[in-house]
Amino acid sequence: MRVGVLVFPGTWSHQDFAHVLGDVVRSPWGFVWHKERSVAGYDCLILPGGFAHGDYLRCGAIARFSPVMEAVVRFAKEGGPVIGSCNGFQILCEAGLLPGALLRNTCLQYRCQWVHIRTENRNTPFTRRLAPGQLLRIPISHGEGRYYAAPETLAAMRARGQIVFRYATADGRVTAEANPNGSLENIAGVSNEAGNVVGLMPHPERAAEALLGSQDGLPLFLGAIQTVR
Amino acid sequence: MRESKAITPDLIASHGISSEEYARIQGILGRDPNFTELGIFSVMWSEHCSYKSSRVHLKGLPTQGPCILQGPGENAGVVDIGDGLAIVFKMESHNHPSFIEPYQGAATGVGGIIRDIFTMGARPIALLDSLRFGPLGDPKGRYVAGGVVAGIAGYGNAVGVPTVGGELFVSERYAGNPLVNVFCLGIAPKERIWLARAGGAGNPVIYVGAKTGRDGIHGATMASEAFAEGSEERRPTVQVGDPFREKLLIEACLELMAQDVLVGIQDMGAAGLTCSTCEMASRGGVGIEIDLAKVPRRETGMIPYEVMLSESQERMLLVAKRGREAEVLQIFRKWDLDAVIIGRVTEDGMMRVKEGGQVVAEIPAHPLAEDGPVYRRCMARPDYLQETERADLSCLPVPRRLGEVLIQLLGSPGIASKLPVWRQYDHMLFCNSVVEPGSDAAVLRIQGTRKGLALSADGNGRYTYLDPYEGGKLAVAEAARNVVCAGARPLAITNCLNFGSPERPEIMWQFAEAVRGMADACRAFGTPVTGGNVSFYNETLGTAIFPTPIIGMVGLLEDIRHAATQWFKAEGDVIYLFGETRDELGGSEYLKVIHGLETGRPPRLDLDRERAVQAACLAAIQAGIVRSAHDAADGGLAVALAECCVSGPEARLGAIVELRGEVRPDALLFGESASRILVSVTPADADRLEAVAATHGAPCVRLGKVGGEELILKGRGFECRLPLARLHDAWATGLSQLLE
Amino acid sequence: MLEAQIYVTLKRSVLDPQGETVKSGLASLGFTGVEDCRVGKFLVLTLGETDPERARGQVEEMCRRLLANPVIEEYRFQLREVAG
Repeated sequence: MRVGVLVFPGTWSHQDFAHVLGDVVRSPWGFVWHKERSVAGYDCLILPGGFAHGDYLRCGAIARFSPVMEAVVRFAKEGGPVIGSCNGFQILCEAGLLPGALLRNTCLQYRCQWVHIRTENRNTPFTRRLAPGQLLRIPISHGEGRYYAAPETLAAMRARGQIVFRYATADGRVTAEANPNGSLENIAGVSNEAGNVVGLMPHPERAAEALLGSQDGLPLFLGAIQTVR
Repeated sequence: MRESKAITPDLIASHGISSEEYARIQGILGRDPNFTELGIFSVMWSEHCSYKSSRVHLKGLPTQGPCILQGPGENAGVVDIGDGLAIVFKMESHNHPSFIEPYQGAATGVGGIIRDIFTMGARPIALLDSLRFGPLGDPKGRYVAGGVVAGIAGYGNAVGVPTVGGELFVSERYAGNPLVNVFCLGIAPKERIWLARAGGAGNPVIYVGAKTGRDGIHGATMASEAFAEGSEERRPTVQVGDPFREKLLIEACLELMAQDVLVGIQDMGAAGLTCSTCEMASRGGVGIEIDLAKVPRRETGMIPYEVMLSESQERMLLVAKRGREAEVLQIFRKWDLDAVIIGRVTEDGMMRVKEGGQVVAEIPAHPLAEDGPVYRRCMARPDYLQETERADLSCLPVPRRLGEVLIQLLGSPGIASKLPVWRQYDHMLFCNSVVEPGSDAAVLRIQGTRKGLALSADGNGRYTYLDPYEGGKLAVAEAARNVVCAGARPLAITNCLNFGSPERPEIMWQFAEAVRGMADACRAFGTPVTGGNVSFYNETLGTAIFPTPIIGMVGLLEDIRHAATQWFKAEGDVIYLFGETRDELGGSEYLKVIHGLETGRPPRLDLDRERAVQAACLAAIQAGIVRSAHDAADGGLAVALAECCVSGPEARLGAIVELRGEVRPDALLFGESASRILVSVTPADADRLEAVAATHGAPCVRLGKVGGEELILKGRGFECRLPLARLHDAWATGLSQLLE
Repeated sequence: MLEAQIYVTLKRSVLDPQGETVKSGLASLGFTGVEDCRVGKFLVLTLGETDPERARGQVEEMCRRLLANPVIEEYRFQLREVAG
């Protein structure tokens, strides 16, 4: 089991994922530079946060055309587990691997804070270790995290269980106050139809050590590792 | 020649060069300078680059210490923290650009200080910023504050360096001249520090990064002039930052530094290509010859003068080993960055600038960089001190409703929660933030070790205005106290000294006194100065800001598990005060907010007492008995206690406290006597805490107990009961109401 | 040479908080007659292509593939002759 952590120019969370994979969950990993054309040798792929290509034009818009993305699409189509966090989520949406898009936060400001998210779907490689409705305390850090999808897309996603996480209060209620960015239906994370590709705005790598205040992000890593093993 | 502009007295004067300075230039060159050379001298000898007014005073600061690997004089200071690691840090101002264009001014300030850090081979891992704005009720103040905060967020978040803390203060005195001081810290293997030195005749000089445009020409001289009417119209000189390119530069340079191909490297900050070439040559005792025709340009028709003085952002100059050029260029190609060989190192000590085949400037590098004018400017004690020192505060009426005073203070922008600001900054990147913003100091763990770092930025302009010497001392003491409250031993400081025009004797006196105060405090705490920045001419239409020395303090935790925070942890814990409260109201936030006065003498600081209090607090934290520790400063004990109750990220906890002392009630509650720390411990550890205090000779009194839904403050002649919700609302909304 | 001036805006159905903020900002300056405000992007491309028909096809393709995201945005553009 070897995890590939993608690095685009402007990515900055890759070192944090590497730290958690290497020092906390102790799983083999490697960086995959965006100019690579193959992801051979990796069993799971992570698209980390950052500002790939400066997020100029639109978040993730230029990154999706990086050479490595063709290999990522093939890997995903073959059922390989792929997770995108923050900017990685934006890139997966731009690449069409996930439905919808991420827009500027309703407050028009960047938000870096702890939030709670409620597990809505355990049927993905990354959420299988979570309990139904399990609440995770986890940080967000983004300026453009407002999830949007057209009404008919959203209805289909709901029917198929593609909504993976919703922003919630500390006691698990999905309310407007718990929504940090104006996402439709408080959506914090979604999956593709097959469930092997997941994107979320929060940063699981920042919630993996008790010293930093939460280990709620760890099951996402452990779930993926367990799936592949 | 396109630039055969005649050197007239007017032209010399418009470059801010005095007749004595011009004579000095003639002496160095042995002839008259041409237009390009005049421009070069004007930026290198500007106050901003040459420290010509401050240098004689800065010499009094202690810069040596057992853990100091590099003091002032390089891009940043370097301190040994053991485990084979070094920290590299510095603070710089970007005040003038931030007034003209708040967003870009602040953004490029962040970009500039980050370059200073990675230029030395360190990966930048933390930013702090110290901000001063005019009143936020005023649209202009709000516009500047909003733009500055957005600019710091916009650049810092995108470039991927977390902003882990800082401070913000508001006063009319900054309305025409905000302060934006940015601190950056990086970490590097101790053996891999790079210096900004050229060397080895024949080695290639390489230009890297963004293309050169006309932006920022004369930025350095702008920072050396006071604002007059119309300064806001000087927009063409504003630089625009590109955090994406800076991120690529960080990664490419760090990758390059891991190879054995470099000789030296410097960023192009103030005075751009001019400063980087002559300083690298001068420090290395060599010369540098460059050809401007090879410099990548963004605009057409630029003359040599403009290319040499451009302050376009995100550019670096490096000297590589001869024969290794291909490897250097290869790394920059990987990161899609422009890298061009524009010249070479020479033996003759000259900074020789060519355009194609023609020499357009030829100046001995060392005298240009090092032999600038040094002024011992006139100094005079300001007249206003006669009045402020004699102010009789004992006749002020004591407000009847002291609880309401506390509510009002908690909502004042200098004291209220800064959450509306720092939630816009990524403060968690790199997974090191053990204590997030909102406590006395930020605490970062150092990966791969058991250690941690505590960082704090501090400085009180009002104190310094009322007594520059004490103000300088107090700034260092409070910064040290903050890192001690976080559980760290103060190691070293960097500073940003923000003052008015040095050509005014009373400003120069304030400066000299503040530096003397800082020097005394730094010696007392064993925290040398590793570098910093002086920003003069902070005045608009003849009104100077409060003289504002800002201290960036770094402390070391041997064991990260000892990191302490300011808020109460559990019902039943016992509250103690280290230190004593005296009858001191001068310069306090209370005096300003409630009585509208900025007068009196600031709190008196006894360095021995301060050392004892800090030593006792640190020993108690390291013994593992302290549940919370909080510096009692702005707003006094009552505000500090309220912050202990409501500033925690989770549950709020009340307290019952009894304050004794032969001090008038408002001074007891809101006076800002120095050297005081509030701590809480479990009842079982109360005796041990008292014993630790006694060992270190620190006064230590039991004030009360944590618990309940209210903060209850009792004393002779008063009793205030404040529900936690009220305290929290006042504190949490004070700033957000003004900023939105 | 040809210059393409491209406008990219959020679809009507997508909330535009920036537009809302600009509108209320204008109102606070006394411009109360603004019924609606939408903020978008304006791109100017200078093309080597000289045939308007082919240029139109190219720009259309650029918009579809990169310059606009069809999930949230719509676009329009115009071409004009510029001096080479």
